Amino acid sequence: MPRARGTRYTAIALAFATAVALSACGARTDEESSGSAAEIDTSGDTIKVGLLNSLSGTMAISEVTVRDALLLAIDEINAAGGVLGKQIEPISEDGASDWPTFAEKSEKLIQQDHVAAVFGCWTSASRKAVLPVFEQNGSLLFYPVQYEGLEQSPNIFYTGATTNQQIIPALDYLREEGVESLYLVGSDYVFPRTANRVINAYAEEYGIEIVGEDYAPLGSTEFSTIANKVEASGADAVFNTLNGDSNVSFFREYEASGLTAESMPVMSVSIAEEEVRGIGAETLEGQLTSWNYYQTTEGEANDRFVAAYQERYGADKPTSDPMEAAYTSVHLWAAMVEAAGSFEVEDVRAAADGITFDAPEGEVTVDGETQHLYKTSRIGRIGADGLITEVWSSEGPIRPDPFLREYDWAEGLAEAAAAENE
Amino acid sequence: MTAYLLKRRTTLAGYALAAPLLFAVAPAAMSDFRLEQLARYLCFAIVAVGISLAWGRGGMLVLGQGLFFGLGGYAMAMHMKLADAGAGNLPDFMLLYGSTDELPWWWEPFRSPAVALAAVVLLPMALAAAIGYAVFRRRVRGAYFAILSQALAAAFAILLIGQQATTGGTNGLTNFGGFFGFSLHDPVNRRMVYFIIAGTLLALMLLTRQLFLSRYGELLVAVRDSEERVRFLGYDPALVKLGAYTLSAGMAGLAGALFVPAVGIISPALVGIVPSIQFVIGAAIGGRASVAGAVLGAVAVAWAQTTLSEEFPAGWTYFQGGLFVVVVAFLPGGLASLWHLATRRRRSRAGETGRVVAAA
Repeated sequence: MPRARGTRYTAIALAFATAVALSACGARTDEESSGSAAEIDTSGDTIKVGLLNSLSGTMAISEVTVRDALLLAIDEINAAGGVLGKQIEPISEDGASDWPTFAEKSEKLIQQDHVAAVFGCWTSASRKAVLPVFEQNGSLLFYPVQYEGLEQSPNIFYTGATTNQQIIPALDYLREEGVESLYLVGSDYVFPRTANRVINAYAEEYGIEIVGEDYAPLGSTEFSTIANKVEASGADAVFNTLNGDSNVSFFREYEASGLTAESMPVMSVSIAEEEVRGIGAETLEGQLTSWNYYQTTEGEANDRFVAAYQERYGADKPTSDPMEAAYTSVHLWAAMVEAAGSFEVEDVRAAADGITFDAPEGEVTVDGETQHLYKTSRIGRIGADGLITEVWSSEGPIRPDPFLREYDWAEGLAEAAAAENE
Repeated sequence: MTAYLLKRRTTLAGYALAAPLLFAVAPAAMSDFRLEQLARYLCFAIVAVGISLAWGRGGMLVLGQGLFFGLGGYAMAMHMKLADAGAGNLPDFMLLYGSTDELPWWWEPFRSPAVALAAVVLLPMALAAAIGYAVFRRRVRGAYFAILSQALAAAFAILLIGQQATTGGTNGLTNFGGFFGFSLHDPVNRRMVYFIIAGTLLALMLLTRQLFLSRYGELLVAVRDSEERVRFLGYDPALVKLGAYTLSAGMAGLAGALFVPAVGIISPALVGIVPSIQFVIGAAIGGRASVAGAVLGAVAVAWAQTTLSEEFPAGWTYFQGGLFVVVVAFLPGGLASLWHLATRRRRSRAGETGRVVAAA
């Protein structure tokens, strides 16, 4: 009677599974649970840190340059004697442009490798995916890319710009230039959609007309419709939050429909030197960008950074804002650890406020309250040689304000998010 | 008949071996982190069980299982988000990105654990039944069916991304605190999630195997091999295929739902074309026609992906591609066919000696 026996086996297996599962019940949600707090391995002569970047997939083009900048900073610190007398040992993991992979790899770095801190992530989606991992394990992430703000985790240091250090200065600049109507073009994901909500609120306050708002799927290359709509709208300028490859197609169609940087300038917030190379400088010549750093930014610290980077990775390699922020983040972490005299996360966080670093973009200061940086905002114009030259900069570093508390017009926008964070 | 009984006995022995491995050896030998990874692989294996039913036995190349995986995953994630937020509150991401002050109507039912649990399986199955009914009745099959199922998965991913205010957009749903009242921050509970997944997988494998051995299983293979003949015999092939397709969708939905507490995220990246193809690759490499082959293939591919990417963070994708090429080129039946190849060779050698004896 093979069939009957099969059923009995199934029943036994199921009962067994249920019994094991029920015997293993732990804390309920309303109880305090200790969690699995990660331990940092400080036993050896070296201290491990994790580098978590996409080395494969669509984001690899951008994130590999960040990884290179991180390695450069680590080598510099090691050459100068390391941190608290220990050499830094980087452990690189591939996030593969896939958010769940980011979560998995960050957990591996924390629990298997016992790293002191992790540097990396690019997209907001990858940051959101790893955030619970860092919070549950009580570990530290240094995030080097400009983002949409409205976030403040005690386990993350944000070394890129938040909205009031990039998007709002860009809007201020356009307004000073006499722009009265804007067309918004973006990739369909969190950063452009949130940035455009900020832009809409700003526009309402200052009487700028938003004549159109269009999103294209990430990686989309079909822009003839959008370019035609932009052309027909007669807007004074375009605010571009497209990411990656889409920019190539968008600017081609933009050119084809007869638009120029003079007739309808495009302000981009996701195009840095590396992307200019990919898209082609001749297509982008004369267009505007908003960042905190350009390869051409003046200062001794930047001359050193560019020289060291190009010596190591090739004389034709450009440096860009996210790379600079990544490079800076390692130096800031080292300075925090030295100030704290300890690798423990709580000690490092306590020592963070007011730590400064003479970064390639100029001096940056850690704001202990928000765990963001005071950064100088810079509007640049793309030149025929693919480099970006500054045309405007803020008067000194701007205080980070991720929840836009100091802007009355942004009240409804960030209120709920801020309440949630507290 | 003896061969049949022998095969049954080896299979049952296989399960007898797998159960203690999964329930006792793995939890004892692996760190919490590795066990969580295993839980993730087992979720993919549950999808592979469904694929081996629909594709291996039913001949339907289901290139869009991500759609059902996502439906199940999102149904579970929505319930967990609402449970975390507490009664009357909005989930955290809606406060961030949403412009709405109240919960969208289609979120409301997921407050109830019973509804969420039912939706995890019934939603994918209902959708699959509707799609299957429309498609199989019109005798759409082969490449057309594969393209159609893939297009649906892609469309679902695009829909999720576009509705950032209510679905979390590209970020998906993440940051969960509890699973039906049990804190996910407690390692003991996460281990429990692993046990639930392992138990579900074994139960579904046994169920599917029984199905393969039943008259329905025979009919399904017959439809795969010659749909017209089955029709002439008086059966309705559309209904036969519909059953397998709907069941495989339910399994994918269940896998998606279990994936959420195990990994802590569901996002459009797990729904679209790429994950859908990866589900199929796992089953293809292991051997789609046998449940065990598909399951082992799915686990092996996911495990190799983790291990290779840890060892060679810069070049591991080449290994994965290479493995797939080798299997498709030299072992079209998957790694499971190695076993059959070996037994056949042994048997043919035995046959030769037999002939020699007979001749002598």
